[in-house]
Amino acid sequence: MKECNSGAIHSVETFGTVDGPGIRYVVFFQGCPFRCLFCHNPDTWTPQGGTQMTVDELLAGYQKNISFYKKGGITASGGEPLMQLDFLTTLFKKAKEAGIHTCLDTSAATYSEARREDFETLLQYTDLVLLDFKHSDREEHKKLTGMYNDAPLAFAKLLDEKKIPMVVRHVLVPEITDTPEQLRNLGRLMKQFKNVVGLEVLPFHQMGTVKYKNLGIPYPLEGVNALTKEDGKRAKEMILKAYKEA
Amino acid sequence: MREEWNNFNSGIWVKEINVRDFIQKNYTPYEGDDSFLCDATQNTKDLWAQVMELTKEELAKGGVLDMDTHIISTITSHGPGYLNKDKETIVGFQTDKPFKRALQPNGGIRMAVKACEDNGYTVDPTIVEFYTKHRKTHNAGVFDAYTPEMRACRSSHIITGLPDAYGRGRIIGDYRRVALYGVDRLIADKQQQKATTRKTMYSDVTRNREELSEQIRALEELKELGNIYGFDISRPAQNVQEAIQWTYFGYLAAVKEQNGAAMSLGRTSTFLDIYAQRDLANGTFTEEQIQEFVDHFVMKLRLVKFARTPEYNALFSGDPTWVTESIGGMGIDGRTLVTKMSYRFLHTLVNLGTAPEPNLTVLWSTRLPENFKKFCAKTSVMSSSIQYENDDLMRVTHGDDYAIACCVSSMRVGKEMQFFGARANLAKCLLYAINGGVDEVSKKQVGPKFRPITSEYLDFDEVWDRYKDMMWWLAKVYINTLNIIHYMHDKYCYERLQMALHDKNVTRWFATGIAGLSVVADSLSAIKYAKVKTIRDENGIVVDYEVEGDFPKYGNDDDRVDDLAYDLVSTFMGYVGGVHTYRGGIPTTSILTITSNVVYGKNTGSTPDGRKAGEPFAPGANPMHNRDKNGAIASLSSVSKLPFKYAQDGISNTFSIIPDALGKGDDVFFAGDALNVDGMKLD
Repeated sequence: MKECNSGAIHSVETFGTVDGPGIRYVVFFQGCPFRCLFCHNPDTWTPQGGTQMTVDELLAGYQKNISFYKKGGITASGGEPLMQLDFLTTLFKKAKEAGIHTCLDTSAATYSEARREDFETLLQYTDLVLLDFKHSDREEHKKLTGMYNDAPLAFAKLLDEKKIPMVVRHVLVPEITDTPEQLRNLGRLMKQFKNVVGLEVLPFHQMGTVKYKNLGIPYPLEGVNALTKEDGKRAKEMILKAYKEA
Repeated sequence: MREEWNNFNSGIWVKEINVRDFIQKNYTPYEGDDSFLCDATQNTKDLWAQVMELTKEELAKGGVLDMDTHIISTITSHGPGYLNKDKETIVGFQTDKPFKRALQPNGGIRMAVKACEDNGYTVDPTIVEFYTKHRKTHNAGVFDAYTPEMRACRSSHIITGLPDAYGRGRIIGDYRRVALYGVDRLIADKQQQKATTRKTMYSDVTRNREELSEQIRALEELKELGNIYGFDISRPAQNVQEAIQWTYFGYLAAVKEQNGAAMSLGRTSTFLDIYAQRDLANGTFTEEQIQEFVDHFVMKLRLVKFARTPEYNALFSGDPTWVTESIGGMGIDGRTLVTKMSYRFLHTLVNLGTAPEPNLTVLWSTRLPENFKKFCAKTSVMSSSIQYENDDLMRVTHGDDYAIACCVSSMRVGKEMQFFGARANLAKCLLYAINGGVDEVSKKQVGPKFRPITSEYLDFDEVWDRYKDMMWWLAKVYINTLNIIHYMHDKYCYERLQMALHDKNVTRWFATGIAGLSVVADSLSAIKYAKVKTIRDENGIVVDYEVEGDFPKYGNDDDRVDDLAYDLVSTFMGYVGGVHTYRGGIPTTSILTITSNVVYGKNTGSTPDGRKAGEPFAPGANPMHNRDKNGAIASLSSVSKLPFKYAQDGISNTFSIIPDALGKGDDVFFAGDALNVDGMKLD
């Protein structure tokens, strides 16, 4: 791993309450290789955008308001933080040195065995991973995101080996991921890993529409109905049932 | 010791009026959970159903059910009033029946008449004549003394919300004293104070002697109020029911006398818990009975009502009485001041359902017992009716027996009071600095004819320099206006009962307020870091601005502009501190508009930050709408850099958030055993 002190940042949320335990300082990385149909942050896709920020600048922003984060920490999200692996690792390393809880919110799209050692280094400084797992079926995963789910699965395996606790996140999209078969498969798939400590099902919403409009990109899920909290709850129960029975 | 005080630990409180000492020597901190709480009794449910029925009738009648138009409200003006005498364990209403609003003209007869007329009632003409010809009101006194400049400032809205036509409020009597000592002892104490005033009759000594006589008279009337309801409150309360009743009589007497802008209760719960503990130990009352007393007490506090005009209610978005009760907090010795009674008070939100009044305010400390924090959170989620304030911040200044008046004004109970002081519009003041004292809306010369700024583009140093001069002028006219108001209020609408429940030597906070903080901070930032072009009318008055380029905006934790906000507050307060204040009041300020920011904005022209004429200001110390881009903590950090030292009367930052954005439930994480995840747990 090369030390890398500067990276492309989309934005910072100083009051993150939904991306990891406690109140969190969420750093949204710029750039993502996936093109998920339901993505509500298409403005984070291009690696060319964003603002260059240094590790020290980011940590200074955290330290300044540390009293808010006593039971929280830093979350790297995006975009796809793993696209800037060296920068991310440097950030987490320095954060751990300062005693800060680190959480990685990723879809693991860029994981590769070739860089396994570098990923292992990152995991030395990672307390929790929120693994955004898009689809249980390899082909469907490609349709949904543009890539196969090999990388996320391999990354999950590595996390398991390294005993890094992982919360599985899953976006529920009408007719794409909400079929009983898909949900049951996801449950069974999760069972392969011993490090799963939680499951979060996020019902699809239409709040990203405006961003597509602003960027002039056609929105593939325009007009698709948003799902309710209850839909999410039902799907979660279905996944967990398969998980338990597997 | 007196027999009413049996089993209490003695202390200096026995020898002198000192409620805090009594609390400290006797209270029992409670760190347990809420499992001891009792549900509403059948009597409570019946009474509350009756209240809901009356509320429905009141709403159907347009917001007022009944008004007294003949009897001027005093402590003893009305006979006893009840909901249902057989079921009420705590009694007393402002008039002879619930939901009937009293006639209180001492603040201003016009306001009293208008409040009646707007609701379809007519005040007895002989009363109107009396208060017009024979007896002056606070309002009349103020307008006799106002200067033309003060009137101009008032009508141009550079100073707004002045308590010159209604009761100023914001004074908290130490109503607990009535319960602990009984009224006779309090009278004896006041007589002693009167006997020991200075002997040379300077005007302040004369005033002091007259006020003490009024206080003693008010206490005599308070005893009579007890008699009207069949209680002898000349002696101390001897159980928790009496302690609540006595305390309530003290408060009731205050609201019968004063229609103040905020009539807060103080900090009674931990005090009352001492009686509850003793009664539980002696078997005098059960927990269920004690909860019933508290429920009935709170029911009474919910039914405090004043005659007010629709405009007044519009300004405050409702019909607020600000019956604030401060709960919990930490003692300076490190023990928590949370008691079982803190729980019982909050539990009324369950037993009676949720309500905005009394304004139950938890004094929050990071060191509060974990169980209490959880209980507060739970009750908040259920009721959305708890206010939280930072005890760790306020305890430094006020010790551990202060209370909140209105929404955030902190004062030591019975030792400090406040002269409530409305607001100065600092955004308009900036425009005056640019236009040489000419009002940008009316085009009248309101401020002094200082040299206006004539350049096309604004220069920061020049603007700041002129602005300081204009702030100095504003501070003078503002404080002097308040000096008149409080002089006249003391003279014509003196809070005799509330002040009778204060010490001999009272610290008076001279409250001021500022509006438009973030407008000015962003305006100064725009002038400093971007280019601001002036747009003038045919007479050269700047009526609009064009901002070229970007600039740091308050609310993003950016020191470049947050420092300007700091400078603004400290500079203005520096000027305020340089003006003589009535009765040696100690100046402080608040940055606190919560709803009236809309009205202030309406009356203020375009500002150099790009805000257009008439657009609302941000409330209190909030960043301007949509200008904070880095989330709540960055926004809160900007606010928290403001100097509390100068703004002890409160800094508000209003923000609302949908529940889902406040985090997820624990159910995201598996309960280890159910899913056998090898006990892998998060830190």
